Amino acid sequence: MNKINSMILPLLNQVKYSLTNPGRDHSSRSNHPFWLIVRKEVSDHIRSWRFIILLILIVLTCIGSLYTALKNLPDAMAGAQDDTFLFLKLFTVTDGSLPSFVVFVGFLGPLLGISLGFDAINSEQNNNTLVRLMAQPIHRDYVINAKFTAALTVISIMLFSLCILMTGLGLIRIGIPPSAEEFWRIIFFGFITICYVAFWLNLSILFSIRFKQPSTSALSAIAVWIFFSVFYPLIVKVIAKAMEPSALASPDQIINYQGFVNNLLRLIPSQLFSDATTTLMMPSVRTLGLLRMEQLVGTVPGSLPLGQSLLLAWPQLTGLIGTTMLCFGLSYYSFMRREIRS
Amino acid sequence: MDQRIIELTGLTKKYGQFTAVDHLTLSISKGEIFGLLGPNGAGKSTTILMMLGLTEPTSGVVKVCGKDPVRQPVEVKRKVGYLPDSVGFYDDYSGLENLIYTAQLNGINRTRAADLAESLLKRVGLSHDAHKKAGTYSRGMRQRLGLADVLIKRPEVIILDEPTLGIDPEGIVELLTLIRELSKEQGITILLSSHHLHQVQEVCDRIGLFVKGKLLAEGNITALAQQLFSHQPYSIEASVVFPDSNGMAKQKLTDTISRIEGVLSVELDDNKYRIGCSRNVAPAIARSITAQGADLMHLHNVEYGLSDIYHHYFKETATP
Repeated sequence: MNKINSMILPLLNQVKYSLTNPGRDHSSRSNHPFWLIVRKEVSDHIRSWRFIILLILIVLTCIGSLYTALKNLPDAMAGAQDDTFLFLKLFTVTDGSLPSFVVFVGFLGPLLGISLGFDAINSEQNNNTLVRLMAQPIHRDYVINAKFTAALTVISIMLFSLCILMTGLGLIRIGIPPSAEEFWRIIFFGFITICYVAFWLNLSILFSIRFKQPSTSALSAIAVWIFFSVFYPLIVKVIAKAMEPSALASPDQIINYQGFVNNLLRLIPSQLFSDATTTLMMPSVRTLGLLRMEQLVGTVPGSLPLGQSLLLAWPQLTGLIGTTMLCFGLSYYSFMRREIRS
Repeated sequence: MDQRIIELTGLTKKYGQFTAVDHLTLSISKGEIFGLLGPNGAGKSTTILMMLGLTEPTSGVVKVCGKDPVRQPVEVKRKVGYLPDSVGFYDDYSGLENLIYTAQLNGINRTRAADLAESLLKRVGLSHDAHKKAGTYSRGMRQRLGLADVLIKRPEVIILDEPTLGIDPEGIVELLTLIRELSKEQGITILLSSHHLHQVQEVCDRIGLFVKGKLLAEGNITALAQQLFSHQPYSIEASVVFPDSNGMAKQKLTDTISRIEGVLSVELDDNKYRIGCSRNVAPAIARSITAQGADLMHLHNVEYGLSDIYHHYFKETATP
């Protein structure tokens, strides 16, 4: 009886509450405070200059890389043994003058993530709106969850529309529709890109909680980005040089060494992203490490099916999602523990 | 009327070694305007934040409307409106939109929120600026918008942290009148923190004197004065002119006055006597002055204002 009571009482109270407060209505999902904050954040992002500038930048590079790809497509086709996955080449082919779409997205994605998150919490704090927001009847984590959800929504919509825009423009230009597998590869590419941008978004949200000044948090996020994309590969190169086995070393030693260097490189998210996208967008890629002669014996030259490519990219994807979750966890923890005051 | 709406028991907040709030026990009844008076850094804001569940107390219990803000912050925040000392609004939104957003967060649907916001903006005198961006508002306008923002959730308790900070004197009078009206009309309990004595004196039913994390005294102003100056509750000021300026006559008068029954202390400052006494002995003092042949220019009963109370306490806390 007690158990039933404890289950029914809150419900009864809820009914009583909504009867006595007719103006208050949480019933529909869109009126839930969480979705209200998300809606406000999304509209703030879309109306902000920073987003418009980034959008213009990304659309321009997208058109630029599409142009290079289209110009070099005939050459690339001539060099290839098979003419399958012609459509994916739109995203990857380049003559070296301008990076391909995949590389561009890998480069601009972090910038997008950082710019949408670096002032998430500290600007509200400096503006004294955070304490006012917190004085409303909402749970504390709504704020940070909503900020994350809103930025991620904006990023997802933007990236997917870019991918679809690329597909559409390519379709008009070359006149060959993508196969179902190509379509799914493009969709998965979009998904991996979102995970990658989400990592940078979370990192910058973490900095926005940690640092009081938005400029400090933006600069530190950009510093991490530059470290990962420029200095880390250099450092790995130096380490690799120092540990290089002699020419007389056994094959096992050389394989171990190569594996070690590869694993060092895979510690950073940008490497994970480029590994994952390479496997997905270039189906002819069969492995991300070394292959022994024994393993090559009996293989049929050709491309991997989608399932196998995905399987190959799976560890990378897991790693990306893992680091994203880690950053989000840290920001969540520090935000929940901190004291809100003006 | 005697319903306790805010109850603090043994509330303590420590930041490392520093004790911001020290075993604070306080209760506030429904419909009351309570003034929390103290200098900067006395722990007023920390106390308020603990009442809202925005800061966790180190020890002690807070009950607001019968709910514990640590366990049920959302329930408490539904009933309590809080106006921080420096209130911020989304600068890119108009005053009206800012209010509607707050109302929606409190579960009021949009059309109703818009109506409520309009009427509240009229109430606080901002109806002409409703569609201006909040970023262009002046300090006083922001504060009034803040009050509307607090009222839109139809709270049972309003907590105002330094509400009059940075507003011109005319604005302060308006704001305080508004606060008083609200409390009387709708029976809202108001907790007001300030370091401005006169404003608190003007609107508050009861005052708590808060220094260095401790509540030193509480009650209405008369009670507070009696509590603080229990040894000499009455103070009489007499200004006297002697026909022949003679040091001897002054000294003699001082002696005479101090011999009057009930007089506890006599201080002479130029031609002014400050006499502390246990009951009102003004007639006796007047008689003895005229009996000495001196001219009594004026004689009045000093009422203790908050500033006296304040200075008294500062003196006490300043000397270790």
